[in-house]
Amino acid sequence: MISDHINSRAACPDPSPSANGLSRRTFLKAGAAAGGGLMLSLGLPMANGEAQVTAGDGFAPNAFIRIGNDGQIVLTMPYVEMGQGTYTSIPMLIAEELEVDLSRVRLEHAPPNEKFYGNPLLAGVQATGNSNAIRAAWQPLRQAGAVARTMLVSAAAKRWNVDPTSCRAQSGEVRHVPTGRSITYGELAADAARMPVPESVALKRPEDFKLIGTPAKRLDTPAKVNGTAVYGIDVRPPGVKIATLAQSPVFGGRVKRVHDTAAKAVKGVRQIVLLDDAVAVVADHMGAAKKGLAALVIEWDDGPHAKLNTNEVVAELEQATLNSGAVAQNIGDVDAAMARAITKIEATYQVPFLAHATMEPMNCTVHVREDGCEVWVGSQVVARAQAAAAKTAGLPLDKVVVHNHLIGGGFGRRLEVDGVIRAVQIAQHVDGPVKVVWTREEDIQHDMYRPYWFDRLSAGLDDKGMPVAWNHRFAGSSVMARWAPPFFKNGLDPDTTEGAIDLVYALPNLHVEYLRVEPPGIPTAFWRSVGPSHNVFVTESFIDELAAAAKQDPVKYRRALLDENPRAKAVLDLAAEKAGWGQPLPKGVGRGVSVQFVFATYMAQIAEVEVSKDGAVRVRRVVCAVDCGTAVNPDTIRAQIQGAIMFGITASLYGEITLKDGRVEQSNFDTYQILRMNEAPAVEVHIVGSTEPPGGMGEAGTSAIVPAVTNAIFAATGIRLRKLPIDTEQLKSA
Amino acid sequence: MIAFTVNGVRSEVGVHEDTPLLWVLREHLKLTGTKFGCGIASCGACTVHVDGVAIRSCITPIDSIGTSEITTIEAIGATAAGAKIQKAWLDREVVQCGYCQSGQIMSASALLASNPHPTDSDIDGAMAGNICRCGTYVRIREAIKQAAQSN
Repeated sequence: MISDHINSRAACPDPSPSANGLSRRTFLKAGAAAGGGLMLSLGLPMANGEAQVTAGDGFAPNAFIRIGNDGQIVLTMPYVEMGQGTYTSIPMLIAEELEVDLSRVRLEHAPPNEKFYGNPLLAGVQATGNSNAIRAAWQPLRQAGAVARTMLVSAAAKRWNVDPTSCRAQSGEVRHVPTGRSITYGELAADAARMPVPESVALKRPEDFKLIGTPAKRLDTPAKVNGTAVYGIDVRPPGVKIATLAQSPVFGGRVKRVHDTAAKAVKGVRQIVLLDDAVAVVADHMGAAKKGLAALVIEWDDGPHAKLNTNEVVAELEQATLNSGAVAQNIGDVDAAMARAITKIEATYQVPFLAHATMEPMNCTVHVREDGCEVWVGSQVVARAQAAAAKTAGLPLDKVVVHNHLIGGGFGRRLEVDGVIRAVQIAQHVDGPVKVVWTREEDIQHDMYRPYWFDRLSAGLDDKGMPVAWNHRFAGSSVMARWAPPFFKNGLDPDTTEGAIDLVYALPNLHVEYLRVEPPGIPTAFWRSVGPSHNVFVTESFIDELAAAAKQDPVKYRRALLDENPRAKAVLDLAAEKAGWGQPLPKGVGRGVSVQFVFATYMAQIAEVEVSKDGAVRVRRVVCAVDCGTAVNPDTIRAQIQGAIMFGITASLYGEITLKDGRVEQSNFDTYQILRMNEAPAVEVHIVGSTEPPGGMGEAGTSAIVPAVTNAIFAATGIRLRKLPIDTEQLKSA
Repeated sequence: MIAFTVNGVRSEVGVHEDTPLLWVLREHLKLTGTKFGCGIASCGACTVHVDGVAIRSCITPIDSIGTSEITTIEAIGATAAGAKIQKAWLDREVVQCGYCQSGQIMSASALLASNPHPTDSDIDGAMAGNICRCGTYVRIREAIKQAAQSN
């Protein structure tokens, strides 16, 4: 039961003895990694060289682990669960080194505290995103477990007056091997807390892993099949009222006038809250709030973006790509190589704005009091949620308590705190707690969107048809520049260019440029696989174009460029073999391939796609081969890839947000279509065994499927689609 | 006051008669397992049973229930089909974020109760109204087949 495993602890900015009954010590130290990013290292022992004694209440050797005198092991969980299985895979790392069953580890959400729980791979922001929880946790959480284990063993050895090397930790006990004596962790906790913290600890060898690499049952599943799991939208503090809202239909617009007589007459409606750019109806229940909202007549001042249409944004991006941008990567001399090329190929590509459309609509519950503020939400960035609430309410950080919850779909949407700010603004006008629930229409029309990108490419082939020059320039929004400004340097950020640079292929002359162009009046944000969701579509489509120009098989063509990249070649070979690449298919059916290395994971996908005479496209089967290094929880890896493929097919076939007169044209699932059961392909996932450090799994499957689908459409029809979502009109048989 | 029966318990609420069943379940009866997704019967997150038939509670007015018996995710495990479906969901590790899964399980339970051995096309027909944004469709299909095998 999740309710047994996960306690949502009221969040305080700096855990202290008074706040939560135990002290924590700084044990993480961020430093520069060789590759230029941030890494964590096991940090400083306390000044007195001892672990913290926790008020006679067990053993807390670091910020992540607490072992009670009753043997209960609590993991303070810095990452949030939004379906990716992190509530199971991260505890596996601790349990493996601590030598306990996974069922012995209970989770608590980490409070907002970036000093202890900041994500080292996301500039220290306390965030769950970018498919990097397992990468960020891999060393430090195993070390945290190993430190605790070592201290427990030392404590037992001291008690028995024996050599620690003659003792072994297993199944939650320390055993003295020669005599067979054993003591439980709970009995050792108080003693262990007084042992010196080891300067270095040995991590288990992969061949000794008992949990890592086995398909562990997810800890959060039982509560999610019987209706007891509590998401942000389910909270119900005593006396809570429910509000729903209308925000300016044009981004940047304002409320001019509101006629609320009819709304106030709706039974159950208590209050209308007017903000500069939004109106909220506060009621006893959502039924009344929605009815009240429908009865409101709001006049808007649409502001500067009143006439904005998507095609103007696209024209600006297209124009931008005629000028040079920041150089993201340069290899060799593309101009010279292009001049010598036998064949030259040019193309432009474009991908649309996309909404997240998480199944749990945006919501946040807030209680603003004179002297403080309480927030209930499901957030990927709990510390930012706290800071945003404090700033909006004009309160010091330590007066804001945030209760974080299970997330009914993140995909990047809940890396933003606009929903928290909005709820606090409304709650400031309400006496008592108020739950602000966005309608689906508000959720889609006031999302922060995956950026539109426009790409211009050219390539030169030699006399054998192989690429000697690769030129790629693209323009669009940089989400990183807003979200984590330090990552945006010299006109570039690592997310926007991921998948466009460091291609898996050996390309002797390559030049990639990026132009940051922010669309006016359209907020942009991360969206499952962000940069790669765009770049992998473009690069894997274009390499397919080169293979076609060279009249070569798309798999063989790619393979010839992978001699220096054995892991990429291996996943391509495996996917091709399992998919039956080259075997005959019926008319109108084609296979398409993609290969990528993004989020530190190698992946190849082969999609089998059927195109009907009327242009309808059906993805029948997808085969995926993945090398994500150590597969911590293989079943979760399969699940993530299966799901990410559906997410990417939705984007390939349907996903598109457009604006007309400044207004988002899509509003609900009837106009913003999501792939359904009757359209879902069979998916096979093949995992390559590896002892390399783990790579990211949440997003890679989404970026890889999109070009696999469009390349399969090309194989089936000879029609190359360079703009998403696919236009079935183009595929109608003449 | 409007009276109706949910999970075998008789309840009365003082709401306008056109209030959707969804909000009465979630906010008056505190049965929050049934979820709000779209409000237009387009996603299936709000699926419950009325006399064993899967319906979308977000567009079902409370005064249309009458003497019918409502069953929600909180009580579906007490039915034979519901128990099999929940077990299969656990065995197959169907769930990701989980938000849509109450609705998925309610649709699948109604299917299995009325059609013990559904074909792929039966499954498509019964489940196409339930969106899963995490994309758990492959496992939902497997789980329904597993549950059917135990019939």
